[in-house]
Amino acid sequence: MMFAATMAGILVAMVLALLRGLLGPTVYDRILALNTFGTITVLAIAILGFLMGRPDFLDIALLYALINFVGTIAILKYLRYGDLSASSPDADGSKR
Amino acid sequence: MIVEMVSWLCLMGGALLCVAGGIGMVRFPDVYTRSHAAGVIDTGGAFMILLGLAAQAGFTLITVKLFFIGLLLFFTTPTSTHALVKGALFGGQNPIVRDSPDKDNGVAS
Amino acid sequence: MTVRLVSLTSILFATWLLMSGHYDALTISFGVISCIACVYLTRRMKIVDHEGQPLHLNSAIVVYWLWLLWQIVKSNLDVALRCVLPGKRIDPIVFRAPTSQKTSVGIAAYANSITLTPGTVSMTTWDHEIEVHALTRSGADDVLAGNMDAWVTRVERRK
Repeated sequence: MMFAATMAGILVAMVLALLRGLLGPTVYDRILALNTFGTITVLAIAILGFLMGRPDFLDIALLYALINFVGTIAILKYLRYGDLSASSPDADGSKR
Repeated sequence: MIVEMVSWLCLMGGALLCVAGGIGMVRFPDVYTRSHAAGVIDTGGAFMILLGLAAQAGFTLITVKLFFIGLLLFFTTPTSTHALVKGALFGGQNPIVRDSPDKDNGVAS
Repeated sequence: MTVRLVSLTSILFATWLLMSGHYDALTISFGVISCIACVYLTRRMKIVDHEGQPLHLNSAIVVYWLWLLWQIVKSNLDVALRCVLPGKRIDPIVFRAPTSQKTSVGIAAYANSITLTPGTVSMTTWDHEIEVHALTRSGADDVLAGNMDAWVTRVERRK
């Protein structure tokens, strides 16, 4: 019951994030929605494991968190440099 | 019994924070303000739900895995948010601020 | 260098033991082999340095994390209420906050702490200041008060 109620709230948040992904006027809004959707999915997988009595799902949640991070960074890097192997620092001397 | 109560409170609070962050993501006017709403989901919502699940699991390896998920989110979400905001800044998105002559005036519609 | 390699290996193997949950000889030998392979690869990539293994950070970091947790709770409530309630207005502002950290690890930790607190996001970092986007004027004042800056500098300082 408790897990089902939490799952319902998470599903509502997922729908809202998807809505921003569909509406988002700029590509950055869509990437933000994608990143947030990924975080919510990690939580959803974790709760699903408890809901179904199979805590092994937590391994999948951990992997999803890793892939979500790498994927977001990869999309942003491709968007900015047009090349995933680019390694040049920023031209204006700022860090990171 | 007390653990049940704490777990229930954490899970409900986390779910409510997630919904609030989702509403903020739809309502706020530009990508920078939306990233604040996403931050509510990434920190408050995620940590409270993981805490509630950990209270359910007790002292087992499951709690350790939940702790690792929390640690991973603790380090990766600010990094990806910073990368996104910096990318948006270099991509020519101007943040809406109150002092700017924008007619929107930086206030949520 | 040797200290960093030993600490990296032990952290990796401890993580492996906690994640695995199977403790027979064959599985543990797989774990040892994969840990050694990972350490070899990181050494070959030359990323075993003070940034990958910040061992010089002192123990004030534990107190700092507790304090940061409290800040996160407070600003979460504030931003969540501003998301939901139609009466509460937002007032976005962009400003530059001075930083007093010496190393790039310290600046990265400070920028990440600012981003981790909902309501403030670090946009660009320079050597002595960070450009921050804040949702409200009061959030900006919290960053400009400099408590978090002083904390990170205290954590970063060598003993």
